Amino acid sequence: MNSVTPTTPAVRCRGLVKRYDQVVAVNGLDIEVRRGECFGLLGPNGAGKTTTIEIIQGLTPPDQGEVHVLGLTWAKNERELRQRMGTQLQETKLPEKLTVLETITLFRSFYKKGVPAVEVLAKVGLQEKQGAWVNKLSGGQRQRLAVACALVCDPDILFLDEPTTGLDPQSRYQLWEIIQQFQARGGTVVLTTHYMEEAERLCDRVAIVDHGKTIAQGPPQELIATLGAEHVVDFALEGGGPLDETVLLALPGVTGVHTDQMKTRLTVTRPHEAMPALMNLVRDQGATLTELTTHRGTLEDVFIAMTGRHLRDE
Amino acid sequence: MSDESPSALKQLTLWRVREFLREPEAVFWVFAFPVLLAFALGIAFKNRGPDPVSVAVLDGPGAPAIRQALAADPTVVVAVIDSAEARNRLRTGRVSIVVLPGSPVVLRFDSTRAESRLARLVVTNALQEAAGRRDVAELREQRVHEVGSRYIDFLIPGLLGMNIMGTGMWGIGFAVVKARSGKLLKRFLASPMSKSQYLFSHILARLVFLALEVGSVLLFAWLVFRVPVRGSLLALTLVVLLGAMAFSGVGLLVASRSKTVEGVSGLMNLVMVPMWICSGVFFSSANFPDAVQPIIKALPLTALNNAIRGVMIDGSSLVQMLPLLAIVTVWGVLSFGVALKLFRWR
Ligand SMILES: Nc1ncnc2c1ncn2[C@@H]1O[C@H](COP(=O)(O)OP(=O)(O)OP(=O)(O)O)[C@@H](O)[C@H]1O
Ligand SMILES: [Mg+2]
Repeated sequence: MNSVTPTTPAVRCRGLVKRYDQVVAVNGLDIEVRRGECFGLLGPNGAGKTTTIEIIQGLTPPDQGEVHVLGLTWAKNERELRQRMGTQLQETKLPEKLTVLETITLFRSFYKKGVPAVEVLAKVGLQEKQGAWVNKLSGGQRQRLAVACALVCDPDILFLDEPTTGLDPQSRYQLWEIIQQFQARGGTVVLTTHYMEEAERLCDRVAIVDHGKTIAQGPPQELIATLGAEHVVDFALEGGGPLDETVLLALPGVTGVHTDQMKTRLTVTRPHEAMPALMNLVRDQGATLTELTTHRGTLEDVFIAMTGRHLRDE
Repeated sequence: MSDESPSALKQLTLWRVREFLREPEAVFWVFAFPVLLAFALGIAFKNRGPDPVSVAVLDGPGAPAIRQALAADPTVVVAVIDSAEARNRLRTGRVSIVVLPGSPVVLRFDSTRAESRLARLVVTNALQEAAGRRDVAELREQRVHEVGSRYIDFLIPGLLGMNIMGTGMWGIGFAVVKARSGKLLKRFLASPMSKSQYLFSHILARLVFLALEVGSVLLFAWLVFRVPVRGSLLALTLVVLLGAMAFSGVGLLVASRSKTVEGVSGLMNLVMVPMWICSGVFFSSANFPDAVQPIIKALPLTALNNAIRGVMIDGSSLVQMLPLLAIVTVWGVLSFGVALKLFRWR
């Protein structure tokens, strides 16, 4: 066997670069995924998540940089790695006219070891559909089938590219459960998502990716803590006239101010002190509030604080 | 956990077979269409009896006697008409010759027209015999109407060849490009699936259907038109197998890069349409000028068609077919080799 210890990272990338003609899809990206954790690549559309996860899986050769998976490299250990990883790619069209069971059996046949097809079907909750043709499945069922095909080889590491995009909340929770069960048996998961809620709930650690670079990496709660405050207050004034930033910063409990055209965002440690003070300020200035919301800080807020942009254009 | 490892090649081949059988349209085009085409063309070009000789006799005193003399020959159609009408019909070719009763009888015809010259011989013969001519030399006739030289005998081997080419190229090309455009090939690439097994499974699945596809046309042609297989069935099987493998290779080559089904359809037609026309499917490739014959003879479908025709109609042995089989094999090996080099999985 290899001189791989349990402490060797499951994935280690250094300085990944991938260019497509004019576009730099990945631009000097570093990540490290530990054994047994669920690691999320979080970023907006076009950030380079798919390119990165496909480079890690040895499907796209990087222009620069190095990749180690389970302490092995694609150049030397491709055969072994292919046996040990399971994957679900963004937008794979599985054979339309095979049944669910036939599809899984097909994928099972590629591997030396694995789980019986019916067992995986039960795991993703598709038993009743095992005789149905793939082209008769709903979007969520197809997605679960794709995950089943990834699990059928009983992998050590599982790669999922936007596994829950387009699913209803119920299907999403089901998938989270499947992923957590896999992790509970010691598996490592690398997934991409642009749902920060998913990243916060599911991932032990995340890398926030923007323009092909990791701009932050760590456990979700730690990243949120870097906001310097747990709460976020958004407000807008009639006419959109901004208040002076220095005045806002001087309010009790306010640690940060960010203004874009119409809205102002405050990061706040003690909302019970900051809110009344803000109200007074607005009244003294003779302005009128048209909007006021407050929520606990999220990874989305971290992204906004770091880039000035939203993760998703909603 | 389980150690069962169903063979990937078996599963991949099963996949191909299932996908085909679950597509009713594909089944129609592969199995029913060639039979329907053979039936339609076989009926349309069914050999008829000899063309009749049409003769006009000018109305007048001697006309009934001449008409009677001519009617003794069943291949002659006689019309008794007036002079103006006769002139008109001769000019437009509706009659080949006009007979003017009298003494002597006058035959009016255009000696540059083949059917008119034939009509002159037939009419002369009939009138001389009626007048009591005796033949001096004894001749005996032996009429032949041979199975094996009819149009349907030419057509069926050509249809077989065309079908082998079409299903080989479409069956493989289409499936590969569909898998590539749906990123399924990329998904396979992420698994330890053996690439050569993937490609080989397409060929195996082809062979499953080949027997049915060729057998149905052969059986139909025998039952309906009595088209024979004069050579050995084993020889025919080998020729057909070789042809199917070669066109699988060509199909793979055509599909090795295309990313869209539309793109590969265009390429397929570019490759196949010239061969439908030139390779002697519906009419003999000998109709093309000598200058292009070497090119036409080097085409895989020409060689395959000629080999099938040789075994079925001429009863040739495999040894006699070797040069043709060599051409087919070279195409197969070359296209496979190049296809594997060019093949893109994504
Ligand atoms: N094959 C390709 N050819 C050209 N450009 C590409 C190719 N693949 C990706 N790109 C570009 O690289 C950038 C990163 O793409 P990538 O698919 O990695 O983004 P992503 O983070 O997965 O986005 P999404 O959330 O939409 O899936 C994009 O600008 C994209 O247009
Ligand atoms: Mg993506």
